[in-house]
Order: sequence, then structure tokens, then C-alpha cells
Amino acid sequence: MQLGKATREAYGEALAALGAEMPELVVLDADLSKSTMSKKFADKFPDRFFNMGIAEANMVGVAAGLAAGGKIPFASSFASFLICKGFDQLRMAVAYQGENAKFCGTHAGISIGEDGVSQQGIEDVALACTLNGFVVLVPADEHEMRAAVRAAAHHHGPVYLRAGRPKAPVVYPGGKDVFTIGKADTVRDGKDVTIIACGLMTGAALEAAEALAAQGISARVLNMASVKPLDDDAVRNAARQTGALVVAEEHIAHGGLGSLVAMTVAAAVPVPVEFVNMGNRYAESGTPEELLAKYGLTAADIAAAAKRAMARK
Amino acid sequence: MSVPSPVRSLDELRCLAKRLRCHVVRMITAAKSGHPGGSLSAAELITALYFGGVLRHDPAAPRDPNRDRFIMSKGHAVPILYAALAEAGYFPVEQLLTLRKLGSPLQGHPSKADMPIMEASTGSLGQGLSVGIGLALAAKLDGADYRTYVMVGDGEAEEGQVWEAAMSAAARKLDNLVCILDYNKCQLDGPICEILNWEPVPDKWAAFGWHVIEVDGHDLAAVLAAFADAKTVTGKPVCLVAHTVKGEGVSFMAGNNEWHGKAPTPEECAAAVCELA
Repeated sequence: MQLGKATREAYGEALAALGAEMPELVVLDADLSKSTMSKKFADKFPDRFFNMGIAEANMVGVAAGLAAGGKIPFASSFASFLICKGFDQLRMAVAYQGENAKFCGTHAGISIGEDGVSQQGIEDVALACTLNGFVVLVPADEHEMRAAVRAAAHHHGPVYLRAGRPKAPVVYPGGKDVFTIGKADTVRDGKDVTIIACGLMTGAALEAAEALAAQGISARVLNMASVKPLDDDAVRNAARQTGALVVAEEHIAHGGLGSLVAMTVAAAVPVPVEFVNMGNRYAESGTPEELLAKYGLTAADIAAAAKRAMARK
Repeated sequence: MSVPSPVRSLDELRCLAKRLRCHVVRMITAAKSGHPGGSLSAAELITALYFGGVLRHDPAAPRDPNRDRFIMSKGHAVPILYAALAEAGYFPVEQLLTLRKLGSPLQGHPSKADMPIMEASTGSLGQGLSVGIGLALAAKLDGADYRTYVMVGDGEAEEGQVWEAAMSAAARKLDNLVCILDYNKCQLDGPICEILNWEPVPDKWAAFGWHVIEVDGHDLAAVLAAFADAKTVTGKPVCLVAHTVKGEGVSFMAGNNEWHGKAPTPEECAAAVCELA
């Protein structure tokens, strides 16, 4: 697949574009603005950008206060630091009363690569999903990220966005203008099995579907960028219509998209589900490609899981 | 429209502080749980804020965008704040006795979700000052002249986030932000100097770039003067280091950290109220 920009780059671009039309939008970062790309906003709107230094807990609290003061703050850092160091603040200062504050964790997953475990945010989706009232979005490519940032800005309430470090395969070559929170996108239709994916794994799922098609298997691909709220209808329909599911995510096994899909399926349409994730383990240093291969997050892993799911029908 | 509350005489304010203390003891007794010590140490500070003309606020317009903000970051001391809000007319005084009861907006720790006039939900210590910085920044962005006050406990200041916030407020020269440190020298398990001694307290705030004002936190005239002083400071946030006594006002609670988080028995309540009458 054609590689587009990294979703973090699209995040920064979207903020810079929104800044002109939303005067109440303010941006915070924790000394990683060149990496999270929030610098793109800072360069255009220096008076509305706050570099809070390497102090994530304080940054989350300040974002809550800015929201209480009528601003629409977007605060970013690496997913691992933002969510893990800021979690109590996300819970008390933001989620408890539903402050209108937005957070973007970048360099999520193991595709950050060589930096290793300390920088690899692999629990962030699970943790964010436990925050009551939070919307959790994991866009698949640059186009979807731009639309998701806009949707987050216009949504009243807390939002967590997940962005990646590497260039992401283009899932929406024709662009994506509107992101609807709570709606999945069928990016490829199929009847034998459905692959539900988010983030970097959506591109891999499309590759897997292509490979499966060559073997006579028709796979549907649901891009579930809106992890919370989950598009339960799309999941139930996929279960009913294709009878077998695969959930693919760049995350630990527990608490992420796979867990949420499993709850929906178990409650409504119990069909076989196979899970493609990195298991419950910490990764290591390596190139993104090496890590994705070693930890089971490739198109081939997804295709193999699809066959296992179909065999259990 | 939010305006400074009408100026009252020192005698009236002293009476009010006693009345707030009575409320606190009765509320916590009725709730059968709560934290009297840290509420009682803050009685004069809260009285000065809400009744001494320090805070610009209006019970008839609690969401006025120009109101001054007050955050009780040491959330366990919220009974003294509830008492002041009730006496000021934000809700009926009778409601105070619903503290910590199922369905009451008077949650055990401040909940903006249950009571929107709380400017922040607190109780997980260390968080209020950061939220206060956000409000102070929002005011600066809007060119608004409301001020933000955050009460922090000295035990609470053992939390690292307080010092992240301290650096941050000074770096941003937030002279519309006042941290009120209730320096009562006690925490749950004992005296602060025996648990995590972080003396010299005023020097640390000064070293972090704050304008420090030390005051006897039970001397209402001095407290009012200190708040007035704080309003004249420019270019720096102000830390009002208020020397207080935990449990002040009730002889058997004063200075005794056993009363950090214990409800009085009905007999102890009667004895306390008698002393405060």
C-alpha cells in the first residue's frame, strides 16, 4: 500500500488548520512538540500554545482548568507518558465531570521502534477506555486523523486520540472529510469473515484481505477508529453476516478494541473471534518493521487469524 | 453580577468563623465520618475569602464568568467550604447535614459533577493547583480580571504534582493566582516533620518563584491584610503561607493529628459545640 504521512503529522496539521476557525482552541505539550507535531500549531498561534515542560500530570490538570475556563484544549505527549503519568488527573480533573478537554497520545504502539519499551504506549487504549465519558479514537491514516481532530474539537466532552510515529498506509486515498464518532467504516466488503481493525492495523487488514481474496476468501474490513463508543451495530452485523471475526490492534491483549468487540459479540451474536495483538508482554528495541513482525502484527498474521476464525465457524 | 461580599466587622467575621466550625463538627458527626482537623484549621481563611470581601462572588449568579474561582485542593477539608457556601446562601444550611449521605450533592470530597459550584473535583491530593493554573491562563487569554485561589494542604504538598504546578505558575508569571497553603504541620499519620519533612516551607515556594506572604492563619485581621497584599503583587503568583493549627477552635482536637480523619461522637460533638458557642 502507498504510505502517507504519519498520523501525528496529520494531528499537528489539523490543529494548525482548526486554530484559525476556532479561537477558543488552545494547545499544550510536554516538551515533545517537535515529535507530537503540535509545533505546527505553536508556530502559527504562539499565544495559544503552552509548552508545559516535562510535567504531564500538571499539563493534564492545566488542560482541565482551561476547559473549565471556556477554552478547548488539546494536550499532547507520547501515549505512554500522557496516559500513564496523567491518568489520575485524566480521571479526577477531566473524566469525573466530563470537562471539554482533548488529549492526543502519539508514538503509540510498538511501531515507534528503536526507543524501546519505556516509550512504547501499548496500554493507552485500554486505560483511556476505562475513563468514563471519554471518546477514544484511533485513526488509521493521515486523512482520517485530520477528520478525527475536527470531530474531537466539535464534540463536547473529553476525547483521547491515538497517533503513531511512522508513516501510515493510506486507507482513504480519496481523502476523508467527515469523521463520525461511534461509526465504523466498511473499507472493504466481504462475506466469509470480518477483520475489525484500528490505527496502523487497518492498512495491514486491507493487505490481509487482498491476500485472502487471492485464496478465494472474501474478507470484510471494518475500520473501527471510534473504539469508544464502539459501533455495536456494525460489529453485530458483521458477526451475523460473515459468521467469524478477527480483531487487529497494535496494543496489549487486554482492554483494547479486542476486549470491547468481544463483549459486544458475546452479548449479542456469539461467533468465533480471533485476536491479533501483541499479547500481554513488553516488546523491545528494533525497527518498526522488525517489531511488528516479531510481535505478530503483520498482514500475514491477520490473514492466518482469519482462517482460524473461519475454521471455528 | 459577582462583586466582593459586603464588608463585615472583624467581630462579625470572628462569629462567622465559629459558626462555620460548629457546622463542620455537626456535619461530620452526623455523617459519622470525615476530616475535622483540616477543616477547622482553615476556618478563618475560608471566612475571609467568602465573607471578608476577598472573593468576588454572588450566590445569585454562581456561574457568572467573572466570578473569582476558589478550588479546595485539599479536598478532605471540603466541610468548611460547604459550611461557608451554605452560610453565603448558595444552598440551604439544613442541607449541610446531608454530607456524605447517599444522593446528596455534598460528596465526601468536592465533586463538580454533583455540585457544579465546585470549581474542580478534588480529593486525590495534589491536583487543584494545576486546574487553578488552567483557569488563570484562561483568564489571561480572555483579558478577564477574575482571580483564582487554590487552597493546598501542607501534607498535600508532598505530592510531586504540586511542585510541577509551582514551577509552571511561576514560569507563566500568573499574578492572578493565589495558592493558600494551610500550613497546619500535621498529616494523617503524624507531624509532617516526622513523616516527610519539607522545611523550610516558605523558602521552597520563594525558590520556586512565588511571592510568599506568611501570615497567622487564625488572625482574621492579618489574613485580610495578607489577601489585600496578594492582590497588589504583579508578575508572580502568590503563595500565602498560613500558619495554622490543625483542629483549631476545639480544645481536644487542636494540634492533635488523631483528629485528621475521625468523626466525633455525639458527646464529643456537644462538647465541641459548647466550646464554640
